[in-house]
Parts: sequence; C-alpha cells; structure tokens
Amino acid sequence: MTIKKLMVAAGLAFAASASQAEPLNIGFVYVGPVGDAGWTYGHDAARKAVEEKFGDKVKTTYVESVAEGADSARVIRNLAQKGNELIFTTSFGYMNPTLKVARKFPKVKFEHATGYKQGKNVGNYMARAYQGRYLTGLVAGSMTESNTLGYVASFPIPEVVRGINAFTKGAREVNPDVKVKVIWISSWYDPAKEREAAETLMLQGADVLTQHTDSAAVIQAAEAKGKYAIGYHTDMSAYGKSAHLTSTIHNWAPLYIAKAEAVMNGTWESQSLWYGLKEGVTDIAPFNAAVPAEVRTLVEEKKAQIKAGELQVFAGPIKDQQGTERVKVNESLADDDLKGMNWHVEGVDSKLPEA
Amino acid sequence: MDIDLITNILYATIRTGTPLILIALGEMVCEKSGVLNLGQEGMLLVGAVIGFIAATVTGNLFIAVWFAIFAGMLMALLFGFLAISLASNQVATGLALTIFGTGLSAFLGSNYVGIGLDGMQPLAIPLLSDLPVIGKVLFQHDPLVYVALTLFALVFWLFKYSRLGLKIRAVGENPEAANAIGINVQLLRYAAVLFGGAMTGLAGAYLSLAYTPMWSEGMSAGRGWIALALVVFASWKAERILLGAYLFGFASILHLVLQGTRFEVPPNIMAMLPYVATIVVLVWLSSDAVKTRLSAPKSIGRPYRPMS
Repeated sequence: MTIKKLMVAAGLAFAASASQAEPLNIGFVYVGPVGDAGWTYGHDAARKAVEEKFGDKVKTTYVESVAEGADSARVIRNLAQKGNELIFTTSFGYMNPTLKVARKFPKVKFEHATGYKQGKNVGNYMARAYQGRYLTGLVAGSMTESNTLGYVASFPIPEVVRGINAFTKGAREVNPDVKVKVIWISSWYDPAKEREAAETLMLQGADVLTQHTDSAAVIQAAEAKGKYAIGYHTDMSAYGKSAHLTSTIHNWAPLYIAKAEAVMNGTWESQSLWYGLKEGVTDIAPFNAAVPAEVRTLVEEKKAQIKAGELQVFAGPIKDQQGTERVKVNESLADDDLKGMNWHVEGVDSKLPEA
Repeated sequence: MDIDLITNILYATIRTGTPLILIALGEMVCEKSGVLNLGQEGMLLVGAVIGFIAATVTGNLFIAVWFAIFAGMLMALLFGFLAISLASNQVATGLALTIFGTGLSAFLGSNYVGIGLDGMQPLAIPLLSDLPVIGKVLFQHDPLVYVALTLFALVFWLFKYSRLGLKIRAVGENPEAANAIGINVQLLRYAAVLFGGAMTGLAGAYLSLAYTPMWSEGMSAGRGWIALALVVFASWKAERILLGAYLFGFASILHLVLQGTRFEVPPNIMAMLPYVATIVVLVWLSSDAVKTRLSAPKSIGRPYRPMS
C-alpha cells in the first residue's frame, strides 16, 4: 500500500514538475491571412511579441484565414485538443463557436476579440479604436477643403458604426461643416473593391478618405488622385507618401502578454477588457509632414485628455442624423451603449443600412 | 445622373472587368481543349506575387509583367504534367493547384507585405482619348487593359476563323478522333493549358501592378473562381465572356455608386447584384439547351491516354 501511495505521489510530483517545465501553449485563430497588412497582421505581430517576451516559456500556434461560423468551431476545438491552454479567437464571428467549444474544455482559457459574450473560461477583449478614430477625425476635419470626407466601410455592425461616428464627431469639432460619406462594400477584405469604393467617394467630392476594411487600397487610391487618406489597423504610410496623414493603429501586445502571464501565474480570470489609448492598445501613427503644427498640438492635447480620463469621445450633446438629441450635455455614452451602437451621429451623410 | 458620373462608372467597369476577361479567356481555351483547370485562383495569386516581387526588385514593370506570365505558365506546367501526362483527375488536381498556389504565394510574399509600389500609370491613346465619353471610358486606361482587349480579339479570331482553333476544339470534343487524323492531342492540350496559365499570370500582374499596386495575401479575393463560373455561363464563347465580365464589373460598381445617391437598396442586396445579373443575362442568352450543349466541349475533364 505504502509503496503504491509513494508511487502515486512520485507520479504526481513528476507531473507537477513536468507541467512547470513545459511551455505554455497558446493558440491563435485568425480570420484573414497573416500577410494582410491589416487586422490579422496586427494580431500576429502581438503573437510574435508574446514569443519574444517569454521565449521558451511559451509555444504559440496560429491558424489563419479561418472562415467565421461553423467551421471555426472545428479549428478552435482542434487547438484545444492539441493542448493549447490559452486560445485567442480574433474575430467577431468566432463568438458563439468559441463559447461552444469552451464548454467542452473547462480547463482551457479562451479569449475572444470584439464580441460581447463571456463564459466561465471565456473572456473577451476589444480595442477602443474609436478613440483613435476620433483623433484622426480631428486631422481629417482640419485638412479637408471640400468639407466632404469619405469612409469605406465593411459591414454595419456596432464596431464599424462606432468608428464612423467617432471619426465624424472629431472632424466636426474642428469643422462643423463637414459631411462624412460612407460606402459599404459588404466585405472585410477585397483590395480591388476597396479601391473602387475610394474612387467613387472621391468622385462624390471627398478629399480625405479613411476605411474600415483590411487592405491599404484606399490609401493608394487617394495617393494616385492627389487626395489625403487616413489608414487603419497598421501604419499605412508606405502606401501613400503624400496622401497618408496618419493611421489608427492597434497594438495587442500589452494585452496578450498580460493574459499569457496571468495563465502562467494561475491568476487568469474571465474579464471583459476594453483597452484604448491609455493602455497603449489603440494609438495613432506618426503624422505626415503636411499636417500643420496647430493640428498636431490639438490632437496631442486631446489624446492626453483621453488618456487621463478627462475627455470622453462620445460626450454630449450628441444629435443623431435625424436631429434627435441622443446624449445630453454633461453626459456621455456608457460602454454598453457604445457596444451596441446602431445609429449615426449628425454629420454622417449616408443612411445606416440594416445589419 | 450626369454624363460625368456615367463616364466614370463605365470607366471603372472596364477596369473591374479586365482581370476577369483575362482569366476567363485563358480558361476557355484550356477547356475547349478538354482540360478543366480549377487552379485559376492559385495561379492568379502566384502571378500577382511574382509580378510584385519582380517589380520591387527590378523596378521595371514591363519585366515584372513577364515574370508574372512565366510564373502562371510554370504553375500551369505543373498542372499539365499531372493532368495531361499522368492523366490524373483534373478536378482534384486543379483544386490542389489552387490550394498550393494560395499557400505558395503567401510564403513567397511574406517579406513584401506592407510595401508600396508606384503602379502602372494610365496611358492615354492619342486622338482617340480626346473623344467625348468614349475617349475617357475606353482609351485612358493602363496598358494591360488594352492588352486584354487585344487578347480577346485574338481568342475570338482563333475559334472563329483559324485552323488551330478548329484543332483545339477537335481535341476537346473527341481526342481519339483528333488523334486518328494526326493531331498531337497531348501537345495541343499542353499548349492550351500553358496559354491559360499565361493569361491568369497576366491577370495576377494586373492586380498587383496596376489595379491595386501592392501585395497582400489572398488579394485576388475569389476572382479566379468568378472567372471560372463566367466561362460556363458564357457557354464557352469569347464574346459572351467579354460581355459577362463587363456586366459583372458594371454591377459591382453600381453597388458602390448607388450608395451615394438617394437610391435606397440595402448594400448587402446590392452586393449580390453582380452575381445575379451576370448569371441571369448569360443563362438567358444560352437558354437554347441544344445549342448550349453543343458549345460545351464534350470531353472536358476526361484525361486522354494515347494508345501506343
């Protein structure tokens, strides 16, 4: 009996020491290819940052270009079965599949990006990209001569709508005459279509463009026509030396490093994180030389105020497109309202399609 | 709608249709010879990435276009070896080629993501480009648009008037009979497949050097598949491919342009329009079932094993 007990104890001790020496396996599920120079590219850069930070203590695996919906569950389950203890699923459409798989693997921690559902072992996280959108809106509103801005958008979901609204709000704060025209291309990633949408917007009078799609085609289109553009996801200055004013960028590294550390220390808990300028997850790229000093100063000021918590992007008074007051003076939209945003602020010139 | 807007819509239509024309014409020649190559998307991406890399390295767009064409042909050669010489299943081999090409292009291009390139500039044709409306719509494009139209004329002529076209069709209809009258079936099929690869490689160059001068993974966004469908709906007729491609382009542009107007149709419905319109028109054109059956190459997808 004693021998058997000893053996069990030894076995346990061995298992424990083995699990300490074993690296933490982290899985990533990407919606696009890692080379898209946009959304997925940013997540993969953060994955590399995690590897760099922890070295041998982590082992990361990623699966790219995973279609949203049913098939993603298979991929996520597969990663869980292969022994990944922390899995990041980085697109909105993975929300329900992630929760479904998570129920079957209670010991694995899941982190889902841009969703709104949580579970015991499923946390979610998002970037307050709208803060960057607001800052770039200030730039766009200052630089436009036609008072018309163009926005190439993907799908009318809250994340995208919020970005359009924040951008519009920023632009109208410096230039109340600004209108923002939106074209929905019904795709996250189709460079040719993004370019055509940009051309159409310029034809309709827009002289500063931005996009909520995944390639840099909009920047290139603006460069070719001698207009301005503002990038998204990553610093897109390489695509338009004179056109590119700045970009709203994501930096997921601080968040991924913190989460990996939490799993290693056994302190991981299911949270709903919404990090922004303050945490460094959202930022804007360096300015083009064409952006005047006073605009830079203004943007830096507002950035500092947002970081310090003194300024809310969606602070009242805010009217919607129909002119109805949605947010009163001295009030601002709560996070829950922002997460479900399904209306356009005054100044957006296009009707919001039903999602 | 003012004339300026219409001009611009038509201009963009030509640009949008161009890659589809190139791929579909190449695939049509290939299918006419009895070989179904579903690897278009893969060849397209490899053409795009090789063209882009060559342009970045050499700085010469003309050379880069040739690199893209050769890359497409090399992919087609691989397909041809398996599907023609080894008589493998064409559908499976074509799908494998797409998967391989997608992966290969991502691998080759990984160091070229995030790099800008001064793409091909529009080339206004003297005199013709000064014509009202037509001048802007047809004669102020980048060179590859004119190349695509020239190649269309060539393929049209090939099957309408040339002896070679007749031979290709014979091989695609009944390879045994063609062999019996002394046509080298395998050689002709190789030639058709290589031509298809060259055309798709050229379309890849159009995407990464002219249309959106950049490389990012999967940038073709399914155009290879659309072109494949176009060949069938155009019932293997070059002129209908031209029509179908422009129709598709026109509806794609309309989807974007109408959003700026007060014309209120949900954009996701409008996003279906290119597919629906193209299919409806081409199916209507080929509603004569007998004629359509006659235009489909009879031996398509069937490997030919020469008896010796």
